[in-house]
Amino acid sequence: MEVNEKIAVDHGLKPDEYKKICDLLMRVPNLTELGIFSAMWNEHCSYKSSRLHLKKLNTKGKKVIQGPGENAGVIDIGDDDAIVFKIESHNHPSFIEPYQGAATGVGGIMRDVFTMGARPIANLNSIHFGSTQHKKTKNLLRGVVKGIGGYGNCIGVPTIAGQTCFDQSYNGNILVNAMTLGLVNKNKIFYSKAAGINKPVIYVGSKTGRDGIHGASMASAIFDDKIEEKKPTVQVGDPFTEKLLLEACLELMSDKSIIAIQDMGAAGLTSSSIEMASKGNLGIELHLDKVPCREEKMTPYEIMLSESQERMLIVLENGKEDSAKKIFDKWNLDFAVIGKTTNSKNIELYFEKEKVANVPIKFLANEAPMYDRPWKKTKLPQKIKFSNNDFKKLKFNDVIKKMISHPNICSKQWIWEQYDHTVMGDTIQKPGGDAGVVRVHGTKKAVASSVDSSASYCHAHPFTGGKQVVCEAWRNLVSVGAEPIAITNCLNFGNPEKKENMGEFVECIDGINEASEYLNFPVVSGNVSFYNETKDKGIKPTPTIGGVGLIKDYKNLMTMKFKSKENLVLVIGKTEGNLDQSIFANLILDERKGPPPEINLFNEKNNGETILKIIKEKLALSVHDVSLGGIMIGALKMCVAGNKGIKFYKFKNLTNIYQYFFSEDQGRYIIEVDKNNLNKVESILKKNSVHFDLLGETTDKEIIINDEPTFTVDKVTEFYKGWLYKYMS
Amino acid sequence: MNSSVIIFPGSNCDRDMDVALKKFGFKNKMVWHDDDKLPKSDLIVLPGGFSYGDYLRCGSIAGKSKIIQSVIDFANSGGLVLGICNGFQILTETGLLKGVLQQNKNIEFICKNVFVKINNSENKFFENIDKDVLELHIAHNEGNYFCSEGELKSLEDNNQIAAYYCGSDGKVDDKSNPNGATKNIAGIFNEKKNILGMMPHPERMIDQSLSGEDGSIFFENLLRNLK
Repeated sequence: MEVNEKIAVDHGLKPDEYKKICDLLMRVPNLTELGIFSAMWNEHCSYKSSRLHLKKLNTKGKKVIQGPGENAGVIDIGDDDAIVFKIESHNHPSFIEPYQGAATGVGGIMRDVFTMGARPIANLNSIHFGSTQHKKTKNLLRGVVKGIGGYGNCIGVPTIAGQTCFDQSYNGNILVNAMTLGLVNKNKIFYSKAAGINKPVIYVGSKTGRDGIHGASMASAIFDDKIEEKKPTVQVGDPFTEKLLLEACLELMSDKSIIAIQDMGAAGLTSSSIEMASKGNLGIELHLDKVPCREEKMTPYEIMLSESQERMLIVLENGKEDSAKKIFDKWNLDFAVIGKTTNSKNIELYFEKEKVANVPIKFLANEAPMYDRPWKKTKLPQKIKFSNNDFKKLKFNDVIKKMISHPNICSKQWIWEQYDHTVMGDTIQKPGGDAGVVRVHGTKKAVASSVDSSASYCHAHPFTGGKQVVCEAWRNLVSVGAEPIAITNCLNFGNPEKKENMGEFVECIDGINEASEYLNFPVVSGNVSFYNETKDKGIKPTPTIGGVGLIKDYKNLMTMKFKSKENLVLVIGKTEGNLDQSIFANLILDERKGPPPEINLFNEKNNGETILKIIKEKLALSVHDVSLGGIMIGALKMCVAGNKGIKFYKFKNLTNIYQYFFSEDQGRYIIEVDKNNLNKVESILKKNSVHFDLLGETTDKEIIINDEPTFTVDKVTEFYKGWLYKYMS
Repeated sequence: MNSSVIIFPGSNCDRDMDVALKKFGFKNKMVWHDDDKLPKSDLIVLPGGFSYGDYLRCGSIAGKSKIIQSVIDFANSGGLVLGICNGFQILTETGLLKGVLQQNKNIEFICKNVFVKINNSENKFFENIDKDVLELHIAHNEGNYFCSEGELKSLEDNNQIAAYYCGSDGKVDDKSNPNGATKNIAGIFNEKKNILGMMPHPERMIDQSLSGEDGSIFFENLLRNLK
């Protein structure tokens, strides 16, 4: 087939991009070459709209061993131990085929982690669905949860935390972001940079089929009514093969045979071979007849663009082929020498003795387009003036019931009970806490991790929203007693060719960056997902932040469970009473305007560090950060977790009980303290100039407000845990 | 005491079991499925996981693997065999234990703590155990035990039911049945009571920092009984 502009456009390239390809090559590419260009130059692989802005991110820190640019980021957690972690989106395929889309998302991110030599020790996920009233939501939720569980459970890596959010802006584009943490010896990390000429290039893992061809292009496109027709572009996962691949790779990594290793993710063999060669400034020669194929008569074009799962590309030391093959034979996996590194600096493909492609690698990697797309700043919305009349008709108990059973607040137990969260025998904080925590196997250390997003805040004011998500991740780690170390980000946005969406992206990044720098909480890995748009309607800007922190002695893990009755409950940080953009304003007052709560980074850092000090001195019995739903929801969740009640003292400082209890002011925590320790806690707080209020005291069962018993903890538990089960039944 | 844990392709609780056995004083060896001989052992454990990806049926391919004939011979000569979760499924596939494990009644994977009531402690596994209700952990998609009426009768007559799912108070009822298992059965023995298959994972409950530590009671007691 003769390549022309129309075929290029069908491949997702723009006419001017096609012209650039012809100019660079000084000829018209053949179809295989065009396929390779389209895969490498699409948004998903080239980051052409985002690269310029991602460069601004704060990626350095004392504990950062590897920042963005590798398969995953790496941080130092002491004693030669390092944590490899990354979050990645699998949004587009999950909407089309929720089970396989979500499953292969989990498979892909785990491969990114074990490619670096790390054994995965924990999975997390952040999933966003449309309105709970939307006809597709239930099926999508069920499919995604089954897919995530189906893959992670089979591999035997615990899913320790997550986040689920419903909002109508995701009606046509759900989000599935999967994150994995792995453990590696910091002196035995494997990278994707090839080195040396004439080194064998090895293909291992599953056979190549026709599934997922153009998956990366599909992930760079907006959706229309015919999106269901794209089902064949969704990859099919096989966690069993991945488990074998994991064990085989780790076995091979125990000696020094591997020069470079790269998993075949988006754009399969194309991007993996080009990335390894590009990083090593080498050429690569592949003989596509040697690629193990699962289907007959596959063409070079199909072989290069297939996104079949559970495959890896390895550059080996010469002479290590036989010993390496033995390991893959033992695990019943394909192993084929398919090419070698060269000094040509080109990718050269052969098929049935013919040269079928020859392209300089720099055209595909470094010279891929990079755009400075026009973008528009979002103005800070005017504050909403609530009047006492707005609250007059409300009944406090009804409000509590509605709030605690709100889909974005209620317990997600229906979801996480379907994930194996205890396999590997090191999970010490299971899902449902502020962060998941796993022990570093065989040591006293533990690693905490959480995922967060706040699309409503980011939508209202992207810069503030960006800062807020980073702070939220920080707070979640602090709440379990972990010292926050670094983050990974998954940037889910609409169409970058629209200046409003591009502006949201740019300003969220600026916000993320400001908080990340101030808190010394660098970004070490991440991914960008644009074009989350259906029929001209984009999602709310949704940067998802995955945070990782360290607990030096796992016995000092802090939880949010109220421990016993008659202890004091304190709110740390100042409550201003801002309701704008809160769940309360949205759900109870039907008010969706206004700015998100302000972020004061000084307070954020100071309050968090003070909480860590209180935990370290063993003065806190339980800790929970205040987030969606404010103090009331925060305190009730602590009641439910510990099966205790609370008697709220009469509040003094604000005019309105709703503003006090439901505002989502930032930088706050709730802590439970033994009465005898109040003086000590008070003196630490005062010394650090941290504002606090005495909120109340724990009770056996009753929730008491203004001296009036309201609900018992059993009733609240029923509201909190019941909603999702009922919705899904 | 010497124990051996068999690793099948797709096993994923092999390490957890190794850690638990060693913690309580077993000298444990890991045995690859493709080996044909077992090391000298006082206990053979088939661990949890997804052997052979659960292809065909859970445990069916592992039930035909190379090492299995040695396990069957070992069991038939009176050796102690423990199958947890996928290990239990494999034991039913080999015919060493009666019945089958079907998909959970709610057709969902379930991962949570449960209580089980020990039904028969006249055997090496549970003899002299301090507690008759243990809090253990389940994590499975196919744990719904089923057998024919005739098989059930003979299991009951011969006291082969090892444990039932129950409430924290030991009450065996529908409410405490997590997966729809016939009669709340969580684990069973063979006729001679030297083979135990059960769905709950004691190896995940061996430390107070984890979901609980009633698994410790199980392992400590087992080791005492073997000495």
